[in-house]
Amino acid sequence: MSETSYTSDYLAGILKSAKTIAMVGASPKSIRPSYIVMKYLQKKGYRVIPVNPGVAGQEILGEKVYASLSDIPEKVDMVDIFRSSEAAGPIVDEAIAIGATSVWMQIGVINPEAAAKAEAAGLKTVMDRCPKIECSRLSGEAGWMGINSNLVSTRRQHLL
Amino acid sequence: MPEYSFDTLSIHAGAKPDPATGARTTPIYQTTSFVFDDVDHAASLFNLQQFGNIYTRITNPTTAVLEERVAALEGGAAGLATASGHGAQLLIFHTLLQPGDHFVACKKLYGGSITQFSQSFQKFDWHVDWAETPDAEGIKAAITPKTKAVFIESLANPGGVIMDIEAIAKVAHDAGVPLIVDNTLASPYLCQPIKHGADIVVHSATKFLGGHGNSMGGIIVDAGTFDWSASDKYPSLSQPNEAYHGMKLHETFGNIAFAITCRVIGLRDLGPAISPFNSFMLITGIETLPLRMQRHSENALKVAEFLESHKEVSWVSYAGLKNSAYYDAHQKYCPKGAGAVFTFGVKGGYEAGVKLVNGIELFSHLANVGDTRSLIIHPASTTHRQLNEAQQEAAGAGPDVIRLSVGLEDASDLIADLDKALKA
Repeated sequence: MSETSYTSDYLAGILKSAKTIAMVGASPKSIRPSYIVMKYLQKKGYRVIPVNPGVAGQEILGEKVYASLSDIPEKVDMVDIFRSSEAAGPIVDEAIAIGATSVWMQIGVINPEAAAKAEAAGLKTVMDRCPKIECSRLSGEAGWMGINSNLVSTRRQHLL
Repeated sequence: MPEYSFDTLSIHAGAKPDPATGARTTPIYQTTSFVFDDVDHAASLFNLQQFGNIYTRITNPTTAVLEERVAALEGGAAGLATASGHGAQLLIFHTLLQPGDHFVACKKLYGGSITQFSQSFQKFDWHVDWAETPDAEGIKAAITPKTKAVFIESLANPGGVIMDIEAIAKVAHDAGVPLIVDNTLASPYLCQPIKHGADIVVHSATKFLGGHGNSMGGIIVDAGTFDWSASDKYPSLSQPNEAYHGMKLHETFGNIAFAITCRVIGLRDLGPAISPFNSFMLITGIETLPLRMQRHSENALKVAEFLESHKEVSWVSYAGLKNSAYYDAHQKYCPKGAGAVFTFGVKGGYEAGVKLVNGIELFSHLANVGDTRSLIIHPASTTHRQLNEAQQEAAGAGPDVIRLSVGLEDASDLIADLDKALKA
């Protein structure tokens, strides 16, 4: 597997096993990609907890915003990173510390050292991908927009 | 999932059994509109926060199968279907250009594209700069700081020319602009421009993709390779979009941003949507694309070899012929075949050309290519009639030129028909 090449099974495994997702860099602005992804993941049944020190204590899409991952008082399965590649390093350290089982870095966020560290600690990692795009691709929704899912199936599809 | 081969993808890509009914063939979703679950769902769809169907002008489940199928066959990230190839080109340039912008194209183009670029696009204040020669050097010389894109055909109309896609992609990328390749005549079975550096592929699906001369359609494939935010040249993609509350489409949609922008701005507002029925016909056609392209190419080579030896024929321009200047390009870019469309010259010029098309029986005299049926046209008196003689010559459509689209009939029947009409 090259640095940012993941099988559909691998990505689906992460998305299926996660229930609570902490989104670092979540924005309260409705046109920002993080807001759109958070809203989508909520629709898919995930609990999404926003992390953003700039708006800590406020609410985004009905969820209280925390200043850091370690402030979150409950168990987090997956950490979704909407920050720069450099900023991802310390966030991954924190994700390991709070016992998350996977770290997902958004499109354009690539930090191989941090990913290696997380994997050494037993976390599954994804870089340079969007969980909204992957979730909709894997469940067949993306095809509604003509996106190449790279999936072929002769079975009736079951939405993820 | 295994890496499936081209022939398998031609049948299966994009077309899982229907989730609602289990129907194995893709159903024709002949509906204009789709219901919303609730007001919030509607708002999410309109604000591009969630993918889903609103209105068939923008998306349709039958059309989505066609889009994903061609995106998979071209090796791209996303596809977009339109009412015609011309509609597809309109959306591509509407996404890339602002008023006053320029793009570079080669004159070895479909006559309709030459007219669209040089006449109708003027009304939008979009300007084509023609490359003097159909190669990387010619294109490089035509590029200026105002250039926003380079446009070529892979297997160029009216036939026999194969462009050096790799060298031209490098010239475009060195100038910081994307390469658009019209892959209509080759189809992805013979040539996959994205593998050679193309950023956007466009098709008239009316031709070989559909393959049966029964349905109009166009396709745009976004390779997902170009960085639209690396410069300020592409504000539709990189800058906040007023229609979507200030959303930046490249930032939001990443490697599928070009296809999405063509859809949610161009297709939404300009409107050249394909009918779901046509999408169904084109999907069905694509299932046999590999078989058809093999036979098209075999027949075309036999007919070209016959014409090359005919005393009434002065020249044959088919890249599959060993003495063609494009034989090496054929081996590099489309080794499985040189396609169905090519040109030849009749001795006796314009009058001899008119006499041939009037005398032929099995070839249909019409302005299309990529049908199961063999087609013939005399471009100077038809498709390229709006061009002056110098433009006709530059486009490879001079007065003595005959263009064939060799069909899937028995090659010996086609050869006998041509022989009879040439000798008459």
